[in-house]
Amino acid sequence: MSGELGSSDGALLSARNVTKRFAGRVACRDVSFDLWPGEVLGIVGESGSGKTTLLNCLAGRITPDAGSVAYATASTGTVDVHRLSEARRRLLARTEWGFVNQDAREGLRMGVSAGANIGERLMAVGARHYGDIRGTAADWLARVEIDGDRLDDRPATFSGGMRQRLQIARNLVSGPRLVFMDEPTGGLDVSVQARILDLLRGLVERLHLSAVLVTHDLGVARLLTHRLMVMQGGAVVEEGLTDQVLDDPQHAYTQMLVASILPV
Amino acid sequence: MPDTSTPDTTIAEGAYNYAYLDEQTKRMIRRAILKAVAVPGYQVPFGGREMPLPYGWGTGGIQVTAAIIGRDDTLKVIDQGADDTTNAVSIRRFFARVAEVATTTCTEDATVIQTRHRVPETPLKEGQILVFQVPIPEPLRMLEPRETETRTLHALSEYGVMQVSLYESIARHGRISKSYNYPVMVNGRYIMSPSPIPKFDNPKLDRSPALQLYGAGREKRIYAVPPHTPVKSLDFDDHPFEVEHWSECCALCGSKESFLDEMIVDDAGKRLFVCSDTDYCEGRR
Ligand SMILES: Nc1ncnc2c1ncn2[C@@H]1O[C@H](COP(=O)(O)OP(=O)(O)OP(=O)(O)O)[C@@H](O)[C@H]1O
Ligand SMILES: [Mg+2]
Ligand SMILES: [Zn+2]
Repeated sequence: MSGELGSSDGALLSARNVTKRFAGRVACRDVSFDLWPGEVLGIVGESGSGKTTLLNCLAGRITPDAGSVAYATASTGTVDVHRLSEARRRLLARTEWGFVNQDAREGLRMGVSAGANIGERLMAVGARHYGDIRGTAADWLARVEIDGDRLDDRPATFSGGMRQRLQIARNLVSGPRLVFMDEPTGGLDVSVQARILDLLRGLVERLHLSAVLVTHDLGVARLLTHRLMVMQGGAVVEEGLTDQVLDDPQHAYTQMLVASILPV
Repeated sequence: MPDTSTPDTTIAEGAYNYAYLDEQTKRMIRRAILKAVAVPGYQVPFGGREMPLPYGWGTGGIQVTAAIIGRDDTLKVIDQGADDTTNAVSIRRFFARVAEVATTTCTEDATVIQTRHRVPETPLKEGQILVFQVPIPEPLRMLEPRETETRTLHALSEYGVMQVSLYESIARHGRISKSYNYPVMVNGRYIMSPSPIPKFDNPKLDRSPALQLYGAGREKRIYAVPPHTPVKSLDFDDHPFEVEHWSECCALCGSKESFLDEMIVDDAGKRLFVCSDTDYCEGRR
């Protein structure tokens, strides 16, 4: 059933015919899907297939040339992400959403302590008790398995894996309902990756998070996502439950992807 | 503001317009001032002209003063609290010559006070205008170097990052260590840099009966705090804003209430504390 904003009843996020061009060249074309509460949707595809572009359109970071993105807010009904005022979109982004960048340096403030990084969202919505903010930050540091004595250290002194875990804590501290992730384990050692994937899986389950996760790693997709969209040249060529898509790919491109990477 | 719209033709130098600036520039600066007064704490860009002075001299403050001053005004100029530094003396002489105004060192007698780094100890009154020289007008600059982004942050009142810097200060030093240029919230809306005054002076900005004008020459920004406007120094509930305290009193006037400068008075390193506000100190002796 279709709602007036181009969304399905009960969906948390609905994309309809999202298209984005750069200098006339299509980066993502005519993408439509619904994300249901508690669901983790994976977007896979080779480099340049339009994954990041689509994710940025969904999260309101870039404006699509055509199509719409509807989001069901916690309290004010369903909104068209790209028709919101900038003020409301930014408020949404730092309260109900999270965004985990591949490069943690882009998602963190490298010049301030881990505690300040985690506390920022709390302060942005009005928290003014230093002791409480610090306590919450310490709590989240523990939840992402970073030693408590690193609370006052700057992320510049952290390893790549620790930075990524800090970025996750910084996003989740405000209790978002929906998290966008762009290659959250890209560029990390395999053993470091595994630990972060475990952590993410646990957090998603415990916090009942919904997520859109971009990766070119089918192993990551298998481990974390419920449903999968396969992109090629900006378009979605196949979509379905993750296990089905990976075990029984229908599209030739997906078969190629799976053949070259599986088994995980 | 006094009426200064009529250009002076009698001024001896002839080469200069009344109060140095040409009328068009003054109009432009006055428009910026009016806008700044209407939106307390908001930085208004202005198309100021280049002054034949280095920026450190306080060209922003001088342009503001030049745009508002009239022959009936009495001007006081202070630099770090003192009326007799080279800077203060030069600026005072400049306006005595180009604007034919009376000058004074007495806070109570002044109608316009141009200042760098201090707010006078003597409480200001209705009708007085305090003009601040501002080196860096943007309070978020150290945290966010991109101008387009700081504008957005102000426009949307997204001030989490400012609080982050205070958090960081407590995490490192156990307290908010910023002692100059301590950020304030003006009228519950805009975060503002009070210029490099000691935080000791921040409470004097709050609901002051005088008009506060802030001029930044290099970045060409003017902002203002109209009389009786709430000005709150940022803090945390469990780390409230506090001003400096001294266990000593002024060695010259005995004041326990004023901002003290530490001086080394002999070769043996003997220290004395004296009022930084020289006019206030002299008036008490
Ligand atoms: N800002 C931009 N300006 C111009 N072209 C862009 C821009 N961003 C992306 N593109 C182009 O759009 C296409 C899709 O890029 P996108 O970054 O979305 O791919 P991706 O699937 O995320 O790739 P990767 O796996 O390498 O991150 C590419 O051809 C890319 O060059
Ligand atoms: Mg990408
Ligand atoms: Zn004294």
